[in-house]
Amino acid sequence: MQSVPTVYYVALSAILFTLGVLGVLLRRNALIIFMSIELMLNSANLVFVAFAREFGQQAGQVFVFFVMTVAAAEVAVGLALIVTIFRAKRSINVDDINQLKG
Amino acid sequence: MTPTDFNAILPILVLAGYGCVLLLVDLLVPEHRKRITAWLALLGLAAAALGHVAWPAGGRLVAFGGMLVADGYALFFNLLFLGSAALTVLLAFNYLPRTGLERGEFYVLLLFTVLGMMLMGQAADLIVVFLALELLSIPLYILSGLARSRPSSEEAALKYFLLGAFSSAFLVYGIALVYGATGSTNLELVLAAANGGNPRLALLLAGVGLVLVGLGFKVAAVPFHMWTPDVYDGAPSVVTAFMSVGAKAGGFAALLRIFVVAFPDLAGQWGFVAAVIAALTMILGNFAAIAQSNIKRMLAYSSIAHAGYILMGLAAASAAGASLREFAVGAALFYLAAYTVTNLGAWAVVMAVERADSGTASTGLNLSDYAGLGWRRPGLALAMALFMLSLTGVPPTIGFVGKFYVFRAALDAGYLWLALIGVLTSLASAYYYLRIVIIMYMQEGQPVTVSRPALNFAVAVTALATFLFGILPGPLMSAATNAVMGFAR
Repeated sequence: MQSVPTVYYVALSAILFTLGVLGVLLRRNALIIFMSIELMLNSANLVFVAFAREFGQQAGQVFVFFVMTVAAAEVAVGLALIVTIFRAKRSINVDDINQLKG
Repeated sequence: MTPTDFNAILPILVLAGYGCVLLLVDLLVPEHRKRITAWLALLGLAAAALGHVAWPAGGRLVAFGGMLVADGYALFFNLLFLGSAALTVLLAFNYLPRTGLERGEFYVLLLFTVLGMMLMGQAADLIVVFLALELLSIPLYILSGLARSRPSSEEAALKYFLLGAFSSAFLVYGIALVYGATGSTNLELVLAAANGGNPRLALLLAGVGLVLVGLGFKVAAVPFHMWTPDVYDGAPSVVTAFMSVGAKAGGFAALLRIFVVAFPDLAGQWGFVAAVIAALTMILGNFAAIAQSNIKRMLAYSSIAHAGYILMGLAAASAAGASLREFAVGAALFYLAAYTVTNLGAWAVVMAVERADSGTASTGLNLSDYAGLGWRRPGLALAMALFMLSLTGVPPTIGFVGKFYVFRAALDAGYLWLALIGVLTSLASAYYYLRIVIIMYMQEGQPVTVSRPALNFAVAVTALATFLFGILPGPLMSAATNAVMGFAR
């Protein structure tokens, strides 16, 4: 049976990662920025799984669970922060969050 | 898994268990007596420090299949983290009630972030580095938003969170690529796989670069420093004080170990990159600090600049020869300890001058608020002058000794230009550090300050350490040297 070569997965993950980076840099909605960061994390997961399959190891697949758990913890904190900001400002546009001069 | 594995994580285990229990105990502490929680937190930090007796003296204990290691290097960092956290609790003692922020969560979150930092120093596997980094960061995101309802604090928390998560994603992707290139995330196995020409060199280099970017964000190195001034400015001062020393030391603990232990064969590639980042960080941090009129923002840029000097140690650790590399890492460790002591002291003075009671027009955070401090509070002003001299790198202070060792490491490694930039930027930094001294002593003013036992004690301890280790750096230097013994092979 012919299987998909690892390099295809890695190329796909690189595309996803780049999309995530572009999303963080170009979008202005805090929620969308956050989703783009999740996309970046998941592209890393894809690399872990692809190489774990190539090496025939379980370790790489277990790492994905670690990353997913941490991402979930980040979601909990991140959404709480975004909700607090939204309550105060009625907006989660990062351009409106500009009290501190960068 | 053997019983000795648990010896290696005893301090972490103690602190983790204690933190969870403290979270519950805090529920029983009445609202107006949160000082009890603070004392209990101090006790927990002391218990974790005592946990190090389970470590083999001067030895090296590899635990959990090479995931964690207990060695002198980790011991040095663990004590640094626990010490700075204890000082932070002392600072929070008065600051939190004064600003109406006194909540038991502060102390619990502080313990958890220290837990992450200790794990950073002990991590011997890239995946553990990632987990430790998140354990360090997530409580800090919450802590920087502690003064919620104040928009600047909420904004600082969101900015720190978004950019912190962004940088973690870079780190994870970098780790994934290193795993793909070497088949492992264990630092020793990565070293073995990278040794003598890796067939997937491009993948490995991309991974190393992304790891550098991810950790560069955490230690606030240029060009990944954009978040620093805003977050340091918006977060409550006591959180900023801890963040500026703890998160930075945590980031460097992992950075130095990863690059020196796992990637010495690629030193030709990353050494130069680290040197360029160090140079940019020193230049931008110091020159941007000159333009600041708010002391929190000034210290934020100063903290960026100091990341540059420590990165100089990392760049010097790319030198050929294990003894040179060890000297460079030892110099970086000494510098981190020097910066921790001095910077915590400076922030303690900032908190003494800050006007936390709302309703007053002045926040006490402008440089002009320090006018006349030299006459009103001679002791406090003298300590602040000492901290400013130490941050500049003037003898007889610990900051001078730190800079001396880092510059020497850079020279030994053949980075003459980098050492020159370091000296020149230190000279430029004298302008804004000494400006505070001039304002304190030469300008008339009626500063309003706070004087409480815990705060004064913290200022006195840090000032004494800044001065004593400045004239007698021997014990601290030998501690740093012993910590890195056999570190680079």
